[in-house]
Amino acid sequence: MLLNHKDLLSIEHLSKDDLYTILKITKHFKDTSIKSFKKNDLLYGKTVANLFCEPSTRTKTSFEIAAKKLSADVVNIDVNTSSILKGESLIDTGKTLEAMNINYIVVRHFFSGAPDILAKNLNISIINAGDGSHEHPTQGLLDLYTIYEKKKSFKGLKILLIGDILHSRVAKSNIWALKKMDANVSVVGPPTLIPKNIVDLNVKVYYDLFEAIKDVDVVNVLRIQFERQKENLLPSIEEYIEFYQLTKKKLNTAKSDVLIMHPGPVNRNIEISSDVVDSPSALINEQVTNGIAVRMAVLSLLKQKY
Amino acid sequence: MNIEIRNIRMVDPSQKKDYVGNIFIENGIIVSSFSNKKCEINIIDGKDKIAIPGLIDVHSHLREPGYEQKETIFTGTRSAAKGGITTIFCMPNTNPVIDNVTCVNYIFSKAKKEGIVNVFPIACATKGSNGEKLSEIGILKKAGIVAVSDDGNSINNAQIMRRILEYTKMFKIPIISHSEDKYLSNNGVMNEGKNSMILGLRGIPKQAEEVIISRDIMLAELTGGHLHIAHVSTAKSVDLIREAKKKRINVTSETCPQYFTLTDDAVKIYDTNTKVYPPLREKNDVDAIKNGLVDGTIDCISTDHAPHSHEEKNQEFDLAPFGMIGFETVLSLILSELVYTGILSFSDAISKMTSMPAKIFNLKNRGSLKEGNIADISIIDLKYCYEFKIESILSKSKNSPFIGRLFNGGVIMTIVAGSIVWEA
Repeated sequence: MLLNHKDLLSIEHLSKDDLYTILKITKHFKDTSIKSFKKNDLLYGKTVANLFCEPSTRTKTSFEIAAKKLSADVVNIDVNTSSILKGESLIDTGKTLEAMNINYIVVRHFFSGAPDILAKNLNISIINAGDGSHEHPTQGLLDLYTIYEKKKSFKGLKILLIGDILHSRVAKSNIWALKKMDANVSVVGPPTLIPKNIVDLNVKVYYDLFEAIKDVDVVNVLRIQFERQKENLLPSIEEYIEFYQLTKKKLNTAKSDVLIMHPGPVNRNIEISSDVVDSPSALINEQVTNGIAVRMAVLSLLKQKY
Repeated sequence: MNIEIRNIRMVDPSQKKDYVGNIFIENGIIVSSFSNKKCEINIIDGKDKIAIPGLIDVHSHLREPGYEQKETIFTGTRSAAKGGITTIFCMPNTNPVIDNVTCVNYIFSKAKKEGIVNVFPIACATKGSNGEKLSEIGILKKAGIVAVSDDGNSINNAQIMRRILEYTKMFKIPIISHSEDKYLSNNGVMNEGKNSMILGLRGIPKQAEEVIISRDIMLAELTGGHLHIAHVSTAKSVDLIREAKKKRINVTSETCPQYFTLTDDAVKIYDTNTKVYPPLREKNDVDAIKNGLVDGTIDCISTDHAPHSHEEKNQEFDLAPFGMIGFETVLSLILSELVYTGILSFSDAISKMTSMPAKIFNLKNRGSLKEGNIADISIIDLKYCYEFKIESILSKSKNSPFIGRLFNGGVIMTIVAGSIVWEA
């Protein structure tokens, strides 16, 4: 089984069938490779390059482990010592990797669309590991899988995303994935951090967390970045905490079996209180585990040109 | 050599004429008949073709001096000739910027030596184009400039803008305003809306253009100076200009083919050839631009020809510079988007690049097929079908989102001062 895509650039361009295929294969890898510590040789002889132009621990490590469980060789390109610092363009770096017969480039970049530009210029598979404020498709997929595993179906599910929707690639990928599965998605945050066109994606917008959280099945808390203060999008982090930190009290009106998710890394007691992070309804560590299975699925499902 | 074009349909908006006849060109001038019968005559069969006054493009970037990797006067004028453009105004945001007579003279002499169409420089409105001190507009006018502009930037300080509008009055030249509130555009790279949200690209709200247009209209009202608004792109901008004209404020405007042809849907997926300032907007804006062209709110069509090299454009969207080339597609786009769709008559459409710019910018003896005028003529064949191919582009840069588009109707010959400078 293969997806009809050379690259994974976004969830926007995946179909519902593609998503179900990925969920199915993810489950397979979770059952066989993660739970039983077994490797397989699906990607034996292939090479995966991690090209991370922005800091990342979990995504990079997760891709590396996923590739190794499929028996691929993995090279990590350290941007701080690479020729990108010497002024080499992203496309030229990509072409250099292609000339080394690398099969997959996993790219994390601060500019939206950087993976698309690579994919347009190269024949090898490009996997977007997060680009600017665009998408973070494997995060969206692992969030989708985590919900699917617990809830078994997306029908009628109410999912709430809290925080900086404007800059969040995680939010974008989640919204695309969940809307394709016909779930109900709403967002809550200050108006300066919610793009007004988000409603065009059939998403409900709230500014009041107490109102937004009523009867929800899943809460996905986004990381808040301190630089938003500098841009005058927030007066202060303290004010953000006052209105949007997810606390036990604010969770009161959610469904009793509500699931709490966070893409990490968590700022404890900033966007989410420490006791919620450590509560049984929080799936943060499960998300990380599922991330490996999802990335194994993606790596094994992309249609390679050679 | 004299030229006689026989049996050609002539469409001349300046005289409101549309008829079939012969054109006589002697010593680079349009005449009623040849005075020197002995001179050799080049006879051109004009059957099924249309002669129009050579197109005048009031907004372009020839990149010389300073950015010769993008374009030169040599390549830029050839690209223009291929598009039926016989007169180009070039913007002063070169390196160095055109804010002194030496630079103006340099453009004129380069154009005389290497150019094949008429080139008129626009000079900076402020010294160094930094929006602080008036350039020597009078001396520059004497050197031959047709307008002043800090194109690429708005003049942020309203008091400076007021002074320029006041001061230019005595020279009867307009200040061309690139309308952009930099605080509102906030380093944005495309129109702010659904597409910018989906692509995760920083958006430029329409208001970044509109607040400066409203400010400048008020200042034009205060001073009586001639304000010419460049590259109008939004519905609200059209409304503002329409209201200003009703109040007889001295304001004129231009738009470009991209703003009546494309929406920000074209940006998907990260096509840097669609990255322009102002950014491509939305369907209702495109419709309003067309209405503005119909009712005369928008006087001219310019190209804002903005060449950039492949290396500059083939990179991350945020890093790619703003601009697209436009000389070689403008006429075909006017035909397919405005004329064939019935929005404008052929003659009214052509007026936007002939009689109107000649009038607004006081060009003597150009933009008309009247006898005694300089013989700048473009010949069009409406049956000329072609695909716009990258290999066919004469500009040094190839940054066009229209590559691959099929066109019906185009320029087959361009004549500048009685010389054939381009032939299909």
